[in-house]
Amino acid sequence: MLRLLSFVSFLAIWWVAAAYADGTKLPSPPAVLDVLLAEARSGELFLHLGATLARVALAFALAMTLGGAIGYLMGRVRLANRLGDPWLILLLNLPALVVIVLAYIWAGLTEVAAIAAIAINKLPTAVVTLREGTRALDRSLDEMATVFAMSRWRTFRHVILPQLAPYVAAAARSGLSLVWKIVLVAELLGRPNGVGFEIGVAFQLFDTPLLLAYSLTFAAVVLIIETLLVQPFEARASRWRPRAA
Amino acid sequence: MQLDVDITGKTFQNAAGERHEVLTGLKFSLQSGQVAVFFGPSGCGKSTMLRILLGLDHDFQGHVTRPAKARAGMVFQEPRLLPWRSVEENVRLAAPDIDETKLSALFKLLELDAHRSHYPGELSLGLARRVALARAFAVEPDILVLDEPLASLDDALANRLREEIAMLVSSRTMITLLVTHNLDDAVRLADRVFLLSARPARILADLPVRTPRHARGDAEIAAIKASILRRASIAVADRSVS
Ligand SMILES: Nc1ncnc2c1ncn2[C@@H]1O[C@H](COP(=O)(O)OP(=O)(O)OP(=O)(O)O)[C@@H](O)[C@H]1O
Ligand SMILES: [Mg+2]
Repeated sequence: MLRLLSFVSFLAIWWVAAAYADGTKLPSPPAVLDVLLAEARSGELFLHLGATLARVALAFALAMTLGGAIGYLMGRVRLANRLGDPWLILLLNLPALVVIVLAYIWAGLTEVAAIAAIAINKLPTAVVTLREGTRALDRSLDEMATVFAMSRWRTFRHVILPQLAPYVAAAARSGLSLVWKIVLVAELLGRPNGVGFEIGVAFQLFDTPLLLAYSLTFAAVVLIIETLLVQPFEARASRWRPRAA
Repeated sequence: MQLDVDITGKTFQNAAGERHEVLTGLKFSLQSGQVAVFFGPSGCGKSTMLRILLGLDHDFQGHVTRPAKARAGMVFQEPRLLPWRSVEENVRLAAPDIDETKLSALFKLLELDAHRSHYPGELSLGLARRVALARAFAVEPDILVLDEPLASLDDALANRLREEIAMLVSSRTMITLLVTHNLDDAVRLADRVFLLSARPARILADLPVRTPRHARGDAEIAAIKASILRRASIAVADRSVS
């Protein structure tokens, strides 16, 4: 209910502002909706949105599995941590733009380069979060699993993973928002399709309605994925916690 | 099946870098079917000894020979349940092969029927202790280790649970080690009572209890208690003289 209210007030402010502003700089909501529908009818919208989502999914999955594994290792093995730490600091502080440009220079303007660049940008935060989670693991439960001779897989699945779940959720959430931002830049710089590419085109033509149509659809998709995927996962992972009174 | 223990030393280093001895002389052997109760003051090193016996701590002097492939069941000093798994899942994870009949019988005996699907966060300490007991017995262990399973429960509950443990312990042939600083536990459950000194722990006396567990009435228990107390004071006196 509250969400709806804040959405409606957003629309209202936009509408009022558009009435006063120059139409080419800030078109009114119906104007943007027209463009959006036209793009949807021609199929362009779904093509570009699909391309972007596929890149996001791939880069996100890659960064989460790889980053999770590296973070777990660095949290468990001191040597791995000592070896990995300088790289981690380097990657954490490397601007996204540098990674993207270098990837395109070294691997060409290819899909692989784009996805790798996005994944590398997200990787270090996943590593740091999962390393933190691994360090916070409860040793006494490890001992319990050892005494009862629980198999490695069982221990991982039932003892380790539930403890890491909040960290995985945190990494997923912050990672997703990072990937959303970076994917557009990567597409703008070196891909012939995707929302980022289309926004680049709109920018060159100063086509504000087109730009807004794509940005808003994109924002809507992000919101939907957040509420439908990330939040239920977090709720499920913390189901066992006694509810606060 | 036999457990041979000969721990000659164990030291801990604290955060300030000082080393202190926790265990000095612990040498004993236990056979299947025996219930050994280790009776010693708080902080003397009992939990440390148990962790060494179960192979959780390898950093000590001496050696421990556990029978090969012995299954272990343990009730830790804190329940150590998985908070994100239900009571039943907690037991089944430790004992994946248990069949429903045995599990039901165990839950019934420990009065856990109504709590099968509860999460540990919803249980009182007494209930959580029972789940830990159920888990330890569910694996049908060859070595059963109980670390103060009745501590910080009220007397009535402790008495009831002590009887349940006595029943469970008699129902299976295994090596049982129970650690406590409560004399009642020792007297009610033990075949052998080991008196431990204050830290660093060593064995002051090894006292057999000859009356079978089920035949111990109030009179016998009082008599055993008195004899243990007498031996304890002699042992302590011996120690301070030597
Ligand atoms: N990891 C550790 N590092 C340093 N000192 C430790 C460590 N674990 C235990 N100690 C010390 O060793 C001594 C024995 O500890 P332990 O837990 O074995 O005692 P306990 O006999 O089980 O006591 P309680 O009856 O209170 O459970 C204590 O003085 C404790 O401070
Ligand atoms: Mg202890």
